[in-house]
Amino acid sequence: MAGILAIAKKEVLEGVRNRWIIATTLLLAALALSLSFLGSAPTGSVGAGKLAVTLVSLSSLSILLLPLIALLLAYDAICGEFDRGTLLLLLSYPVSRWHLVLGKFAGHLAILAFATVIGYGSAAIALVATGDDIAGWQSFTAMIGTSILLGAAFLAIGYLISAAVSDRGAAGGLAIGVWLLFVLIYDMALLGLLVVDKGRIITAPVLNGLLLLNPADAYRVLNLSGLGGVSQFTGMAGVSQDAALPVGGLIAALLAWITLPLVAAGLVLRRKQI
Amino acid sequence: MSAAIALSGVAKYYGAAAAVRDVGFELSEGQTVALVGHNGAGKTTLFKLMLGLTRPSAGTIRVLGEDPQSKAGREARVKIGYLPENVVFSRALTGLETLEFYAALKRRPRAECHALLERVGLADAAHKRVGAYSKGMRQRLGLAQALLGEPRLLFLDEPTTGLDPLVRQSFYELVGALGQQGVTALLSSHALSELEARIDHVIILHRGAVLASGSLDALRGLAGLPVKLALTVSADFDADALQRLDNLGIVAGGVNGYRTLTCPAERKLDALRLVAGLSHVTDIRIAEPTLDEIYAHFLQGRGTE
Repeated sequence: MAGILAIAKKEVLEGVRNRWIIATTLLLAALALSLSFLGSAPTGSVGAGKLAVTLVSLSSLSILLLPLIALLLAYDAICGEFDRGTLLLLLSYPVSRWHLVLGKFAGHLAILAFATVIGYGSAAIALVATGDDIAGWQSFTAMIGTSILLGAAFLAIGYLISAAVSDRGAAGGLAIGVWLLFVLIYDMALLGLLVVDKGRIITAPVLNGLLLLNPADAYRVLNLSGLGGVSQFTGMAGVSQDAALPVGGLIAALLAWITLPLVAAGLVLRRKQI
Repeated sequence: MSAAIALSGVAKYYGAAAAVRDVGFELSEGQTVALVGHNGAGKTTLFKLMLGLTRPSAGTIRVLGEDPQSKAGREARVKIGYLPENVVFSRALTGLETLEFYAALKRRPRAECHALLERVGLADAAHKRVGAYSKGMRQRLGLAQALLGEPRLLFLDEPTTGLDPLVRQSFYELVGALGQQGVTALLSSHALSELEARIDHVIILHRGAVLASGSLDALRGLAGLPVKLALTVSADFDADALQRLDNLGIVAGGVNGYRTLTCPAERKLDALRLVAGLSHVTDIRIAEPTLDEIYAHFLQGRGTE
């Protein structure tokens, strides 16, 4: 436990030193603020609260950005230390390889959570301060929470890549590939399949299953249709009625997407010869 | 008391290539041992095996009484200090932060770090980032982390590379003092001559196998290398002196007021008595075979194996 904590602390300290924390926080805050003030202009004075509309655009942004940030943090975590030679010394200490993975995860998750909470939170505070009503804050909080879960899932996937591939360059390439697959290609392929298939094989339950097989989709459904009744602004109202995925199931899917790659990363690392 | 390190029949294969084969030795507490061998002789692999970083293909390893691969072996590493060859640290942290990180991993108090930085002469650079350290300073920081938690066992892989002669001196004094306290130190080095006076056991590795093992004196005896006497003379040897030297099996060489005598080790005292009695010999220096020469001797004819 002391080992996990020490490694996590070191990751956070390095995140402060190499300005990862400040850069990601500023990036998320800038995007969130511009989305909330520029992006909500089209709604004019219709009944929809700005916070709710901001939530929709922010969660779409999160799907693109948070997995990318998480993968960039994680892909280098193990193979980078292996390459530089710091892993040799670290593992000569009374530290198990599980401690290493969990410590890195805890540290990186803290960085990601800080950036998300402060970055997105600042947008919410700015909106409320400029006179928007506070309605929808539960959904907004839930969005921040699930965004962190989404980031955590891609951190875990990143460690698995980092432990399995010993070359940094290859790990980086693979991480970008995974990002493209889950964030862009998967949905397009799914859409194409649905058009071609016309509902013969891909029925609603099959579609549900396919959505759960991608952490980004689980997050999307969770925020755009599941939580807090914002589905009417998202165009997902129809989908969510057909594809009735319970909130609990979606969160469980995200948690599984965190746990399984993390365990796999630990197992791969344990077999690795330093 | 049980051995600090016990290896028997240890082999490690990477694919078909043997990095280490059939290595066996025992080291007791307080010994300072040199692991000598060319690049790729298996020194670093042996360190990795003893630290549990990699699994042996065959044989058994006990370090401080535990199998390094086991959980107990992992816990035993609290009492082991390791300085890898070409030690690397995160460049973003300061020297003190780096040391505190490693102290936390060994569950040692942070207070220990200041004292250690002082001990290796880095107290002034404690708050400087490691990225701005010179090679020698990084090496000293590496030594400081190896000394965390009062280790009973030290693995030092090429510890003096990048250190200037003065620091080398104090480094060996430190290792010597630790040996007095019962710390077992296993160090590998290319700089054989500087190891000579500080070790009580030598293990010569060649292509992953132990070529010779023993105290420096025992290896000297085994090698049977001649002792060299360097003489300063005011006049050349006369025929009588040369004959007597020849009778002892001593070969005389040298020129112009300097003579070198090469004599079998067991005839050293006879030779000394003889030349000390010669009135025109004004100075005598004895050169025992060095570790370099012993190493070269054991390696002779092995290169193409």
